[in-house]
Amino acid sequence: MNAEFFYRIVFTALVAVTLSSAFVVVTARNLVRAAFALLFTLGGMAGLYVYLAADFLAATQIIVYVGGIMILILFGVMLTNKIVSVELYQGSARVGRSILLFAGLLFILFSVFFNTDWPLRGRPEMPPTSKAIGLAFMGEFLLPFEVVSILLLAALIGAVYIARREVRR
Amino acid sequence: MSLFDPASLSAYLAISAVLFCLGSYGIVSRRNAVSVLMGVELVLNAANLNLVAFSRFCSGDLRGQLFAIFVIVLAAAEAAVALAIILAIYHSFHTIDVNEIDSLRD
Repeated sequence: MNAEFFYRIVFTALVAVTLSSAFVVVTARNLVRAAFALLFTLGGMAGLYVYLAADFLAATQIIVYVGGIMILILFGVMLTNKIVSVELYQGSARVGRSILLFAGLLFILFSVFFNTDWPLRGRPEMPPTSKAIGLAFMGEFLLPFEVVSILLLAALIGAVYIARREVRR
Repeated sequence: MSLFDPASLSAYLAISAVLFCLGSYGIVSRRNAVSVLMGVELVLNAANLNLVAFSRFCSGDLRGQLFAIFVIVLAAAEAAVALAIILAIYHSFHTIDVNEIDSLRD
């Protein structure tokens, strides 16, 4: 009973942190503040993955998103240093349309979620996943795995090529 | 209330729906290209949460998690290339306001 109560409290706290910092990400006027709020959103997502028994995925989320993509975005924010002068909103018309899009999408998604009869299974246990994921990558998913590694190489070279400054002799 | 039950599918679907809508709100309303990129990251995370939740509650195998890992890898590659493009745009246009960037030449 006590453990179950704690389980729910932590879940609610995780959801609150994730969603409120996601709200800050899309509304904060200060871009650095938005970037740091994104950090908390991604960390909360890692916690939700733990609740979904995806331990390997939670670790991957922290290493790749929080450790890699967040640093990249912060570099992007800091290197394009006119961020303070860029007004973040275009005007009330655009915000109104955006809120309309937000509400409409949310309504559609929620009505789909609660009107669909999902093929649910019982409450499963939480086995460790890393071994099974490794075996799947080396077996059934070998081709996508290799394709992704080539894509990463291409993205690496392409990013360096696009971002370098032209050297004029 | 099943919406706040950590062992129910609908809780995760609701969270990911809110995240997805917040992300698309950011993509549409922001003018700074880096902020648009942050909105895209939110949308990708929402999709990932759906994949993992369905993998746990409906299929029971790990395919959803494998797809989520591929999505994370693609998001990393996308962030790197997109930020490189933003830097190149900043060097030639001296702004990253997506409304100002409307010509293909210098």
